[in-house]
Amino acid sequence: MFSVLSVKDMVTIYIDSKPYEVKPDQNLLQACLTLGFDLPYFCWHPAMHSVGACRQCAVKLFKDEKDTRGRIVMSCMTPVAEGMRLSVDDAEARSFRASVIEWLMLNHPHDCPVCDEGGECHLQDMTVMTGHVYRRKRFPKRTHRNQYLGPFVNHEMNRCIQCYRCVRFYRGIAGGRDLNVFSCHDNVYFGRHEDGALESEFSGNLVEVCPTGVFTDKTLKRHYTRKWDLQTAPSVCVHCGVGCNTIAGERYGSLRRILNRHHRDVNSYFLCDRGRFGYEFVNSEKRIRSATCLPFSASGGKPHGEESRKIGKQAAVDQITKILASAKGVIGIGSPRASLETNFLLRKLVGPENFFAGLSDTEHRLVARIVAILREGPARTPSLQDIRAADAVLVLGEDAPNTAPLLALAIRQSVRNKQFEIAAKMRLPAWDDNAVRNSGAGARSPLFVATPYATRIDDIALRAFRADPVGIARLGFAIAREIEPSAPELPLAADGTGQDIPALAREIAAFLKAAKHPVIVSGTGCLNEQVLAAAANISRALCLAGPSAQLSFVLPECNTLGSGLLGGRTLDEAFTRMQDGLADTVIIAENDLYRRAGRREVDAFFRKARHVIVLDHLRNPTVERAEIVLPAATFAESSGTLVSSEARAQRFFQVFLAEGDVQAGWEWFDDLQRSMGKQPPGSETRLDDVTALLGREFPLLAPASSAAPPASFRVAGQKIPRQSHRFSGRTAMTAGADVHEPKPADDADTALAYSMEGHEGAPPPALTPRYWSPGWNSVQALGKSPQETGEETNSGESGVRLIEPTGSAPGYIGPETIGSEDWEATVAPPRYRIFGSEELSMQAPAIAEMARRAEDIPRQATGGNASHE
Amino acid sequence: MERPLTKNIRPGQEPLSLVEYEQAGGYLALRKALTSMSPKDVQDAVKASGLRGRGGAGFPTGMKWSFVPLGEHAPKQKYFIVNADEMEPGTFKDRLLLEGDPNLLVEGVILAAYAIQADRAYIFLRQGYTLAAKRLRRAIAEAYAKNYLGKGILGTGYNLDLRLHTSAGRYICGEETALINALEGRRATPRAKPPFPQVSGLWGKPTVVNNVETVMNISPIIANGAEWFKSLSRSVDGGTKVYGVSGRVKRPGAWELPMGTTLRELIEERAGGMQEGFRLRGIIPGGASTDVLLPEHLDVKMDFDSVGKAGSRLGTGTAIVLDDHTCPVGFVHNLEQFFRRESCGWCTPCREGLAWIEQTLRAIESGAGEMSDLDMLAGQCRLLGPGNTFCALAPGAVEPLQSALKYFREDFVRHIKGKKCPWK
Repeated sequence: MFSVLSVKDMVTIYIDSKPYEVKPDQNLLQACLTLGFDLPYFCWHPAMHSVGACRQCAVKLFKDEKDTRGRIVMSCMTPVAEGMRLSVDDAEARSFRASVIEWLMLNHPHDCPVCDEGGECHLQDMTVMTGHVYRRKRFPKRTHRNQYLGPFVNHEMNRCIQCYRCVRFYRGIAGGRDLNVFSCHDNVYFGRHEDGALESEFSGNLVEVCPTGVFTDKTLKRHYTRKWDLQTAPSVCVHCGVGCNTIAGERYGSLRRILNRHHRDVNSYFLCDRGRFGYEFVNSEKRIRSATCLPFSASGGKPHGEESRKIGKQAAVDQITKILASAKGVIGIGSPRASLETNFLLRKLVGPENFFAGLSDTEHRLVARIVAILREGPARTPSLQDIRAADAVLVLGEDAPNTAPLLALAIRQSVRNKQFEIAAKMRLPAWDDNAVRNSGAGARSPLFVATPYATRIDDIALRAFRADPVGIARLGFAIAREIEPSAPELPLAADGTGQDIPALAREIAAFLKAAKHPVIVSGTGCLNEQVLAAAANISRALCLAGPSAQLSFVLPECNTLGSGLLGGRTLDEAFTRMQDGLADTVIIAENDLYRRAGRREVDAFFRKARHVIVLDHLRNPTVERAEIVLPAATFAESSGTLVSSEARAQRFFQVFLAEGDVQAGWEWFDDLQRSMGKQPPGSETRLDDVTALLGREFPLLAPASSAAPPASFRVAGQKIPRQSHRFSGRTAMTAGADVHEPKPADDADTALAYSMEGHEGAPPPALTPRYWSPGWNSVQALGKSPQETGEETNSGESGVRLIEPTGSAPGYIGPETIGSEDWEATVAPPRYRIFGSEELSMQAPAIAEMARRAEDIPRQATGGNASHE
Repeated sequence: MERPLTKNIRPGQEPLSLVEYEQAGGYLALRKALTSMSPKDVQDAVKASGLRGRGGAGFPTGMKWSFVPLGEHAPKQKYFIVNADEMEPGTFKDRLLLEGDPNLLVEGVILAAYAIQADRAYIFLRQGYTLAAKRLRRAIAEAYAKNYLGKGILGTGYNLDLRLHTSAGRYICGEETALINALEGRRATPRAKPPFPQVSGLWGKPTVVNNVETVMNISPIIANGAEWFKSLSRSVDGGTKVYGVSGRVKRPGAWELPMGTTLRELIEERAGGMQEGFRLRGIIPGGASTDVLLPEHLDVKMDFDSVGKAGSRLGTGTAIVLDDHTCPVGFVHNLEQFFRRESCGWCTPCREGLAWIEQTLRAIESGAGEMSDLDMLAGQCRLLGPGNTFCALAPGAVEPLQSALKYFREDFVRHIKGKKCPWK
């Protein structure tokens, strides 16, 4: 017999007399949007829910079938109920909605043609939707003074329609303190108490949260392009290991901006400012655009004072082929910021025994340990959505706000679960945002932060514990033992420090044990393996004691875990091999070795190498040492796969065709393989082939093939267009050179097309190049996609998890099994800065400016009760 | 005639001290309640009296209390708040009561807090009421000294802390949920209901907010019983009411009279009728946010239902009189100027609609009106109705306007056609 449960779980509501099945735990606005109704709204946001401020989503609600008068209700504030009858189309409801737009437009400047939001403005869309055209008010408009808010966000308060989303996001979601609403009545003002850069590292989300042009992207402003003129593709952020999903947009060969791409399990609706504004490295003057070579020198290495010259793609390949054929030994150094495909083909080219992962030695060791812990279990690594759902979190040694900002934001959301719990007990709907916050009265789920330095989530922590990495490891071991007595012990320091550890460990253990979904967050930040072991032991102890603990490790770069899974030898071994004369040629892919090891070691390594071949995006100290430099495509000019810290393989897609000799790392290595006769000539290697081959050699990485639909994927026989159907200037863009419209380039690697033509509807999430729906030109179009409304998004094929724990771990990790390096290393652990610590984003001017500012004025930890309004 | 609310008030003199208040029968009700009545009994007594809230909405007080969860499973922490943020234009009854007999308020607070088992109470006082603040502080201090407040009140197990909070002063703080937000130190914007404050109020805990005059009725009800309370009234709504009259009358003021006293008695007898040379044109019966009534409504009884039937609201029961020397457009403009300024800015209709209304009225008054303005104004009055806005501020704000448009339309037209205010 069929189960009727799923049917019962739904309720029937009648919209304009037609029955619809909807989920019961939502409000009418969500229900209507999910069903595809064009119901305008402003203050509601799928991640911030309902507050009933704007009054735009009014519908008519009827008591029963006989009620013909009905009454106006705000759909966002009305829970769905069985048998409910409402009308979206009702004349009075329509007229009220038109009046709300009329009110909002009374003071809104008619500057759409010169407004950066124009063409993707939710207010524009809603105004057109309700049919408002003529301003009846004949009095002057109210005006405001705008503020300087730093290099990321532009402020134009006159456009404000007072939906309160900005402050609700900035304070209520991101925990910022320096943006607020001031004054009252028709003079409310959203801004800072004085001009100055926004302090929150999530400030860029204001650009997307604001339904009109008050907060706009200041980096886009400097090279402005309308949304419809951007060539866009789904991408994955390369500026940390979290793997946030993005949409990258290009025009005329330069990358113009990054927008959020919703992924329920990862970044949800938000990005950090490093991820949003770091993209400008792609346009940097330091970009390497052509293959260059130094005049051949028999002695090898870079002759001093010689100018390198452009040699072209083919000549570079030929020359490298020659070098490789005559080399006494070739080693390849991969990179944790290069794709799986690039690393893998370098490994193929040089052979597994000659492949080095390109991590620093410490990191190499830590990542290997992390891979082992995650694979063996028993704790599973959580998605960010799992972290958002956690009811107790322990951060062990990781400055997440600086090393994994969106993970820190997920932790910030998790502490609100206590409020949701209280609200649920009072039978308040979870979407009634103010009711949840007010009834929760600032209550927080437990969060413990044990780090060497203060973090920007200390303000929401029940306890913040400061110690050096060894002290943090001690606390971790003690917590594990408190949870489960058979866990190994790490004796307290002989000098008597850390006397507070036992009591704190007891407290933390009690909270973790009492939780249903505890999450332990650690990572490589402390550069200490004992800390990792402690985190693993806590999660093991919890799993043994009952709750399904999850264990998240923060890894520093966009493909650090991918590097870890591919294996490869340590950098130290590479250096030794060169010093011992076992190799004389090195190929380095997208890696600045000076960031991985000491200057003296790296210098010695390069001095010893006869041939240095470097492939990268930007000039850096390693590139300076190269004999042959190959220009590598950035994430925006190539497609590939990255493995996030969660072990989620995700595909980024080429946004635009690169100029000059630039091509993807894996394409360079494929060319070299071919040139060396390792590939049949005339055959073509496509991205999917590389990924498939990778999967055959590394079974663990085999699922990466399905991180996104393959190149052969079509909707109704069509590819997904990178250009909007309103893309303009297609025929004029190159008319200066040739009046004939060039044939759009083919893209044999992906299911996307460099064209306006193709499937216009919503593609699978992994292939979403933009959000658009008829009448919905802003990012709010996301909410129109049935499965994407609210947090119930079906992520479809957007990425695939590679690791599920086998549970094969033999037991706890004894402190004695870990080498003494970390044990002794009580030197100051590194400090991380969201703006400054990451290599590529520092080449983006706005990020660099914020990094400079941070040196001038130490960034204030957000204090106080941030979850409270 | 009994005047339970004002019997202790001696105009021009200091209010009774606690000792004098006790000598006048004060705190007997509290003693009675704490020693012989359960919280439920107190609630029932108030419910039986039919006491309706005196802040303007007229919600039955006993029923309001009964929504507070009591018993083992209810949250332990509960709050009782006195709404003393009297800012309704034309209304000054609470000030009179607060300054005149603060002890009666304090005793009412203790009784009400006991009835809902709150152990913390606040008096949220309008900032400008400095004299009331001074007198309340004394009454509270004396009550603490006599253990009417504090731990183990009157030797029972009941504890209550009472704090006076002098607000920063916004009209919207009169809205109970905005008041709660302000008391929590946040922007005074109202909260959506449900949840109602009785379930989730101050700091998320069950909370009752009652008006000053409402609270002052509680001690007399407990002392004398529901039947006595009902017998004071001339209408179905029990008790007395502090009525007020302002405007060009001979003796503007406030008087405690039986509920259901007619407008005619108020204006013609108590206030002495219109000043010489002034004719009555209209009455706003219950503070600025109620509809205008005309001289033909003078025999309307000032109780909740009767005023409602006449097309207005009892509101605070303090009437503003419009005379024939005052421009009705300017009169309404003055009120709307206030409401525009006092809108909290949270919801669109109130924030934008009241501003538009105010600017339009200003234009009409200054001779720059257009005939289409009248339809626009009437339309705004409909759009700013209950349910369309987040709270009751805007619906109240358009009440005087909508009725002025109805009753004084020719005056608006004269402004527009004549391109000036005929009174200037």
